[in-house]
Amino acid sequence: MAKRIAIECSHAISLAAKLANVDVVAAYPITPQTHIVEKLSEYVADGELDAEYINVESEHSAMSACIGASAVGARVFTATAGQGLALMHEMLFIAAGNRLPIVMAVANRSLSPNLNIWGDQSDMMASKDCGWIQIYAENAQEVFDFTLQAFKIAEDERVMLPVAINFDGFYVTHVIEPIIALDQEEVKKFLPPRKIPSYALHPDHPTTWGPVGLPDVQTELKRQLEEALRNSKTVIKEVWKEFGDMFGRYYDFFEPYRLEDAEIAILMAGGHCGTARIAVDRLREKGEKVGLIKLRLFRPFPDEELIKLTKNLKVLAVVDKAFSPGGLGGPIFTEVKALFYDQKIKPEIVGFIAGLGGRDIRVDEFMVAVERAKKVLMGEKIDKGFMFLQVRE
Amino acid sequence: MKFFMEKFKLNPKPTWKELPIASMIPQPATSRFYKTGDWRSFRPVIDKKKCTCCGLCWVYCPDGAIRIVEDGSYEVDLDYCKGCGICAEECPVKAISMIEEVEE
Repeated sequence: MAKRIAIECSHAISLAAKLANVDVVAAYPITPQTHIVEKLSEYVADGELDAEYINVESEHSAMSACIGASAVGARVFTATAGQGLALMHEMLFIAAGNRLPIVMAVANRSLSPNLNIWGDQSDMMASKDCGWIQIYAENAQEVFDFTLQAFKIAEDERVMLPVAINFDGFYVTHVIEPIIALDQEEVKKFLPPRKIPSYALHPDHPTTWGPVGLPDVQTELKRQLEEALRNSKTVIKEVWKEFGDMFGRYYDFFEPYRLEDAEIAILMAGGHCGTARIAVDRLREKGEKVGLIKLRLFRPFPDEELIKLTKNLKVLAVVDKAFSPGGLGGPIFTEVKALFYDQKIKPEIVGFIAGLGGRDIRVDEFMVAVERAKKVLMGEKIDKGFMFLQVRE
Repeated sequence: MKFFMEKFKLNPKPTWKELPIASMIPQPATSRFYKTGDWRSFRPVIDKKKCTCCGLCWVYCPDGAIRIVEDGSYEVDLDYCKGCGICAEECPVKAISMIEEVEE
């Protein structure tokens, strides 16, 4: 029976991986992700989880081991953060390009320099083009549920892609929260063992993966990957619906908050949505028509769904916890701007960079963002359309 | 290569829908069907009089293009030899010379 428990968010993800009965865990400890794999190694050592726990010498090797394990048909889990994800970068593309289901928890952490172990989304956003399904979670319950769902999504024959579950380093990872945990029987019903594909690596029927690809075939290969990501949207919807029907918690690509009659909305992903909600409430008390759109799915990007959700908005304030130096703004902001270029009816879109290197985004700072977005609506210009919300000038 | 494509009914110019998942090669040992001999600009020629049949050329060949003949001597498989010259370099009695391939 499902049970309400208090659990550290990192351990919620370890518990989900254990309940998913993973066959292989290959990981390298890195702050703020360490608690996740620490707990999993404990499960294996204590005999609670029958899995191969591979201690590797680097994240590059961790992902390489996951790739091999997934290719033979194992259910595979790993976790990393920040510099660790950066070191994995090369192998992320191999995992997605070879269409290998792997579930990875990313405890979002800033990238050096300076040496910063705290949370922002610059690690995953720097790898956003690696071909992985990328989901952002806000709290322990989402992290727990998304991890279980991720295996089902990744291993679906129509998808066959790795999935990254993102959640903020420290702000979410190290927080103890109440969750409704499922038991082994419930998880078994939702998530049966992985079906091993006929073409999986096996000594009796050798296959070759990732051979030399001449210019003649690369375009077709990439087009195939694009199709897999597009198709995954349908599968994610199906899996989230099935999960909702079974356990009562329904998820969507976006979670709108007080959006019904809103003219202004904040759009962002991750743990700071909780603070943004308080800012929305305070502004509502003052009579302002403000709402929040929490983004859960970043790849594949839910385009139609966002257009539908924003049709009555006048301004969309996009808050990014990552940025692209010398580029046109934060990754979610540029994505949204590109999406709306073709739309006849569109809100004004204003970008804010905030929360870098673990700097907290306070309620009043969200209110400043809304205020600036309103001024843009009145005709104020912001250079390049985006600004650093918290920078000392 | 042509034989391989025909055997497995593969389109030599597959569309992205025809391509096996992740362009994986579903059969083992397909490199046999891909003859790399025409990459060669120099051909190794073994002087049987000098050759002591030590087998070092067979050991060093990176392409497995040296064959052991029934009488215990060695010969070059010109279908696959890329002409890298490692065998000639490594031969302890200098029994292998690299002869430039000339168009006839």
